[in-house]
Amino acid sequence: MMLEEPILSVKNLSKQFGDGCRRCSDPSTRDLIKNYCPSCGMVFACRDISLDLYPGEILGVVGESGSGKSSLMKCLYFDSDVTSGELYLQDEEFYGQNLWTLSAQKKRYIRNHKYGMVYQNPVHGLKMDFTSIGNIAEKLIAAGNRNVDNMKMVGEKLLDTVHIPLFRMKEEPRNFSGGMQQRVQIAKALSNNPPVLFLDEVTTGLDLSVQADVLDLIKRIQREFGISMIVVSHDLAVIRMLADRTIVMLNGEVIENGLTDQILEDPIHPYTQTLVYSLL
Amino acid sequence: MKKLKTHFAFLDEGSKKEIRRATLKAVAIPGYQVPFASREMPIGRGWGTGGLQLTLSLVGKEDVLKVIDQGADESVNAVSIKKLVHSTTNVELTEATEDATLIQSRHRIPEIPLTKDQILVLQVPMPEPLRTYEKKEYITKMLHAEKEYSGIWLMLFEQIMKYGRTSTDADHPVLVNERYVMAPSPIPRFDNPKMHHSEALILLGAGREKKIYAVPPYTDVASLAFDDYVFQKEDFSGEACHLCGATDVFLDELVDDHTGKTIYQCNDTSYCVDRLNKLEQEEVSTVDA
Amino acid sequence: MGYVAVKGGTNAIEASIQRLKYERLKGKEVIEVETILKTMRQLVDQVMSEASLYSPYLAALAIKQAEGSMEEAVFLLRAHRSTLPRLYYSQTVNTEAMFVERRISASFKDIPGGQILGATHDYTHRLLDFDLAAETKADIEKWTNQWMEEIKEIESHGELKHFPKVVDYLREEGLFPTYPLNNENPDDVTKKSLAFPASRSERLQILTRGQTGAVTSLGYASLRGYGQVHPNVGEVRVGDVPIYVASSNENTEAKDDEYYIGDVKLTEVESFVPVTTKNERNEMELNFEIGYGICYGQNETKAIAMSILDQCLENQDNPFSTHDEEFVLYHIDSVESTGFISHLKLPHYVTFQSKLDSVRNVKKGRAEDEKA
Ligand SMILES: Nc1ncnc2c1ncn2[C@@H]1O[C@H](COP(=O)(O)OP(=O)(O)OP(=O)(O)O)[C@@H](O)[C@H]1O
Ligand SMILES: [Mg+2]
Ligand SMILES: [Zn+2]
Repeated sequence: MMLEEPILSVKNLSKQFGDGCRRCSDPSTRDLIKNYCPSCGMVFACRDISLDLYPGEILGVVGESGSGKSSLMKCLYFDSDVTSGELYLQDEEFYGQNLWTLSAQKKRYIRNHKYGMVYQNPVHGLKMDFTSIGNIAEKLIAAGNRNVDNMKMVGEKLLDTVHIPLFRMKEEPRNFSGGMQQRVQIAKALSNNPPVLFLDEVTTGLDLSVQADVLDLIKRIQREFGISMIVVSHDLAVIRMLADRTIVMLNGEVIENGLTDQILEDPIHPYTQTLVYSLL
Repeated sequence: MKKLKTHFAFLDEGSKKEIRRATLKAVAIPGYQVPFASREMPIGRGWGTGGLQLTLSLVGKEDVLKVIDQGADESVNAVSIKKLVHSTTNVELTEATEDATLIQSRHRIPEIPLTKDQILVLQVPMPEPLRTYEKKEYITKMLHAEKEYSGIWLMLFEQIMKYGRTSTDADHPVLVNERYVMAPSPIPRFDNPKMHHSEALILLGAGREKKIYAVPPYTDVASLAFDDYVFQKEDFSGEACHLCGATDVFLDELVDDHTGKTIYQCNDTSYCVDRLNKLEQEEVSTVDA
Repeated sequence: MGYVAVKGGTNAIEASIQRLKYERLKGKEVIEVETILKTMRQLVDQVMSEASLYSPYLAALAIKQAEGSMEEAVFLLRAHRSTLPRLYYSQTVNTEAMFVERRISASFKDIPGGQILGATHDYTHRLLDFDLAAETKADIEKWTNQWMEEIKEIESHGELKHFPKVVDYLREEGLFPTYPLNNENPDDVTKKSLAFPASRSERLQILTRGQTGAVTSLGYASLRGYGQVHPNVGEVRVGDVPIYVASSNENTEAKDDEYYIGDVKLTEVESFVPVTTKNERNEMELNFEIGYGICYGQNETKAIAMSILDQCLENQDNPFSTHDEEFVLYHIDSVESTGFISHLKLPHYVTFQSKLDSVRNVKKGRAEDEKA
């Protein structure tokens, strides 16, 4: 598998919130509390992150709260601008082009046709005032589908898969519980069989039976459609179940990187060790 | 105080030039809303000032002008606009669609096909077809630039989910020249197809919102519709004008004072009168023969 | 003979216009434009401000023609303005050189130059003065003569005084950031339609010509909780400022080659608003910014409300509508809002017929579904 070319490749991604001050711009005088500069309030959300995602694999990202996992995902999905770095997609049309330098229109095209995203907070992924089926259709419409019955069929199937009763499909997610909203989001992200799927804490907040179903579903779509995924979770159990390879983040940096089994069996960084031992 | 004389066609020449420049740009980019510095006119903002500014910037002494509102030449606001243009230009006025070189209209496109020698000016209250979906101009401008129209399609999809069909009424959005989604102004869906490959130049003016846009002659104009839910015009099948007998025209629904029954009548009044006169002529000639 | 369309519309309009004229004339009283000009000072000011045309005489004429309707009078002036060629931009007006009639600060008791109450309703008791019902020219004559006598002494030892801006005092102390003078020509909103993000000059123009009630309401809403600007009125000044235009002779650069074309009366407000800024070490600091309000004539409420909205729009990273420039700037213009609201009176027969068709079809579809 590793001999293939990665489908998505991140090189030296940095993401800062704030302009920085004299002290924190210079690495030698930098005196951060975790990822935070106490004198100017700047946050180094992602620091020099490089990673590769290979076709058909699930890459896990673990790390404590605030370590920069969601920030990384938002950069990959073009929701926020990056401070610096390069992003490559293995795709005829965009081959060799740093996606972060593309026009807004092209970025949107990639989002609509190549990507799926499930946000940690469903408010970002759903239009709360549109029907659930409409939310799924939005993604399909954006990818060029103009057939209502077809979209309805796809949507119904996906809603069924994520256990949303079909008689509620014309309801707005606004009226749904947090877990239900999350499931509608998953259905939406999957709707156009994107080659790359980003999942940010998808199972957080779901009860165990639904969680198991969702994890099953993710496994299944990986198998059936060969979709490549980046799965973020602070829950190592979820990562263990899903991810072939895993990176561990701390304070915006990647501190460990390898096969999931290897990391679980033989964690090297002290933080990873704590994380793994707490799981046992 | 000395009395000021108003200029030919009300606006000063500088303003007219600016409006014509915006118009040229609109013609060059079919369906794209060109911003312009809309002037305050002597009629209310929202009462056709966009159309009026187009008309006044285009009208020359040779022109023959027709103004209609709701299909009628005699509708109060049409009369008021006509009066204003006439008093500042002295151009010839007409009610006969085929005689007009310049037609300003609100909410209708005339029934008889317009020709390449005519310009149709439509009054527009809300030029932004994406406004129901996105309230910010800053963002809708970006969406147009990126040709990102999933929002408006989603609105139609939602209608189908909720009501089993699209429930748009007038102002059903169209795609112009396969590029820009455009508000055709609040014409009934019945008139949308008349825009497609129209021989006449169609100009649309929104005074309050300060936008001019255009459908140049022979341009593709497609009403937005899904593959499996086709675009549908208002349905008058089985009804005919109680005066002239016309079918396949946009009809007004009226209640007969005497019988209390619903009757139908041509909305395009000059079309109806024209037909009545032709019918009368035929009768006369058959009697003669 | 043939059929002809009925002439209902033309006749109806004609009759309505006659009737309107009758309503204005039926009381058989003539109000002189001069009377409006001399007695309705604040109404005239407000009309000029909302119309953004400084001409007291034309404003008074418009008020007469509009039978006192604000929205109509403003509309008349705006439409008149459209017919006028615009030949010059004035030189930047220096309000420090204002011939001050009234000038107060709510922030400092002792301001350089002192507080001058001038003419204000602020401390009148709002009791109807029934004596005014029988006011005569002789009464007026008597009162003014007497008052002129009284103030003679005061006037004699007064000399023309310079009133420095209150803000300059605080600026010296470093409490206000100092900016280089911006001498760029403003973007003219009457020549180029608004695009977003709007420049500050565009925002200020729209605000100053905004409908008094609308500007006041939004400023009030912001102050009351639907906004995040908490101002202190640093200075309100009312008075005349001279207007100059540059000589059209481009070769001469001499300063005195500008022409004085007259005075306009202005109300100017500088509100002090605490803001968080970053210093050169990128550390957060508290500082003051100015919310700026200005309008034609004496209209202090509007100018103060404008100063609040100016600061709101300087800080748009805020969830409140009063900080949203599209929300504020698109909805405060008198001619636009009254025009669009009133257009609802126009017939909408065709759109309604279309809506009927749509609703009937949905109902029919439902009924068929139920049958099936
Ligand atoms: N818009 C923002 N402005 C300023 N700082 C931000 C912003 N968004 C995120 N941050 C900061 O970036 C850092 C990383 O946040 P991020 O949301 O990526 O963490 P996370 O790893 O996803 O945490 P969690 O597990 O809690 O979801 C945090 O310190 C956060 O405060
Ligand atoms: Mg997160
Ligand atoms: Zn008829």
